[in-house]
Amino acid sequence: MTSKPLFRVLAPLAPAVADATVHIWFNDEPLEVPGGRSVAAALLAAGVQRFRATPVTGAPRAPYCMMGACFECLVEIDGVPSRQSCLVTVQDGMRIHSQEGARDLPFSSDPAPSQSIKENSDAR
Amino acid sequence: MLVEPVDVAVIGAGPAGLAAATRAAGAGLTVVLLDEQETVGGQIYRAIERSDAQRREILGPDYVAGAALADTFARSGARYEPNASVWQVTRERSVHYLKDGKVGSFEAKRVVLATGALERPFPIPGWTLPGVLTAGAAQILLKSAGEVPTEPPVLVGCGPLLYLLGWQYVRAGVPIRALVDTTRHEDRWRAKRHMISALRAWPYLAKGLQLLRALREAGAPIHEGADDLRIEGAPGDDGTERAHALSFSVRGVPQRIEANVFLLHQGVVPNTQFSWSLRATHHWDDAQLCFTPQADAWGELDLAGIFVAGDGGGIAGAQAAEAQGELSALAIAAQLGAIDQTTRNRSAAPLLRRLAEVRRIRPFLDTLYRPRDENRVPRDDVLVCRCEEVTAGDVRRFVELGCQGPNQAKSFGRCGMGPCQGRLCGLTVTEVIADALKVSPATVGYYRIRPPIKPLTLGELAGE
Repeated sequence: MTSKPLFRVLAPLAPAVADATVHIWFNDEPLEVPGGRSVAAALLAAGVQRFRATPVTGAPRAPYCMMGACFECLVEIDGVPSRQSCLVTVQDGMRIHSQEGARDLPFSSDPAPSQSIKENSDAR
Repeated sequence: MLVEPVDVAVIGAGPAGLAAATRAAGAGLTVVLLDEQETVGGQIYRAIERSDAQRREILGPDYVAGAALADTFARSGARYEPNASVWQVTRERSVHYLKDGKVGSFEAKRVVLATGALERPFPIPGWTLPGVLTAGAAQILLKSAGEVPTEPPVLVGCGPLLYLLGWQYVRAGVPIRALVDTTRHEDRWRAKRHMISALRAWPYLAKGLQLLRALREAGAPIHEGADDLRIEGAPGDDGTERAHALSFSVRGVPQRIEANVFLLHQGVVPNTQFSWSLRATHHWDDAQLCFTPQADAWGELDLAGIFVAGDGGGIAGAQAAEAQGELSALAIAAQLGAIDQTTRNRSAAPLLRRLAEVRRIRPFLDTLYRPRDENRVPRDDVLVCRCEEVTAGDVRRFVELGCQGPNQAKSFGRCGMGPCQGRLCGLTVTEVIADALKVSPATVGYYRIRPPIKPLTLGELAGE
């Protein structure tokens, strides 16, 4: 799931408490990432190149604007889908999944969540 | 939820918002400043309060200038709400926002929209591939996370921000694979007639020349006058398709450069999501190739009590934004009776002079770095709507079927209906349709932007 990181943390930065390493999971793979930054910046430095797949063709996407405008960095964080990872600070223990297509509609009464209706996919 | 309306709600903590909030609070008004990021500064002064000496050294004096502004704001007495995504502002000046998964709202007597700029869309083949980011994104990674490309990046496009990023990389010891400059030779000549006026903004001009010289001296290969850009993809070691090479031409000679990070930039445009959603009047600016909201000298829109300050009202840069923020605050303070007209006018005079001064460079920059037609109105196979994957050819087919404008393009093929709500395709779709119909972008208009400006779930909404 990870490959050679496209971005690296500049060295030598003065060691700051905020930048201590945090432990997270990305698609169930444990990762050590630098803290004190957005989830998107942390994942990029950890070698994640594919953040999501588009709902229309399943094309791979990754952060483009890093300022909350493009929505290319959408991931699922701790069970909440479609989070803008450039706007969320990375925290120890976060469980992150790539956003595969459109988010599932949260039908709480749905007996089989895995079969829940994909938003938009039928309407399209 | 506040029961009493606050005097001023400011949206955005960049230079315009910080200056407006500080000045308004200084006049004794109650101020709430809401911002989507975790720290103040907007994008230009992103993470300014957290940057260490090394990062400030790399980013340079124009970035460090933001520290004083952030500091004055922190002591201003204005209430600051970070991590707050404002999703609606009404004409009655009711402000609705989402913070930590909870919605909140309050009434304000006056509103200042200080939402700044967005990178201009750069629709070329391959611009959606992982590994392609905006130059602004790369700068945000440097400012907020101290991150730089692992392998030498290719910088593509034109405009001051692109060269500034290159200069900052040089200072950080990051080698640059190439600068592929799309500035047209004709525009270099056309820009010369604005030179006299630009010379009066000499420090700015000198800085631009210094940036390019530093890049050359650092040995970065510079390809000037590049056209026919195309980013090629290839599967990476994890099997994911990602950016692999940039092909382009210079005077008809094809070139190709391999890399894994490509940083695009062809100027910035006003973020007009709020002013459009409020149905304020907008005009097409043919020099800056974007829509700007109609506002008076104080920034007040044609909607009473709602102001725009900074790049959201037209691109003029951080120094202008700061002056505009203060002007809006002065007008508001006078309207609410905190200061009299004489005080307002006396305080405004030096701000108006500074604004005129920093604006002198714009005609030169707008002419020199006018993005090429082919990079704004792409050929048929290029994706324009990244969210819903609609190509320029699709949009042209919609026009053949009778589509008259961007808003209709939504019903023809979901163009502009994804989560970014047209931020990344709006201007492209306007220009593609205008080009196909052979009319002005002003005639074609823009998407009808509706709240929520930022997506929120029904569950979150029900919590209000």
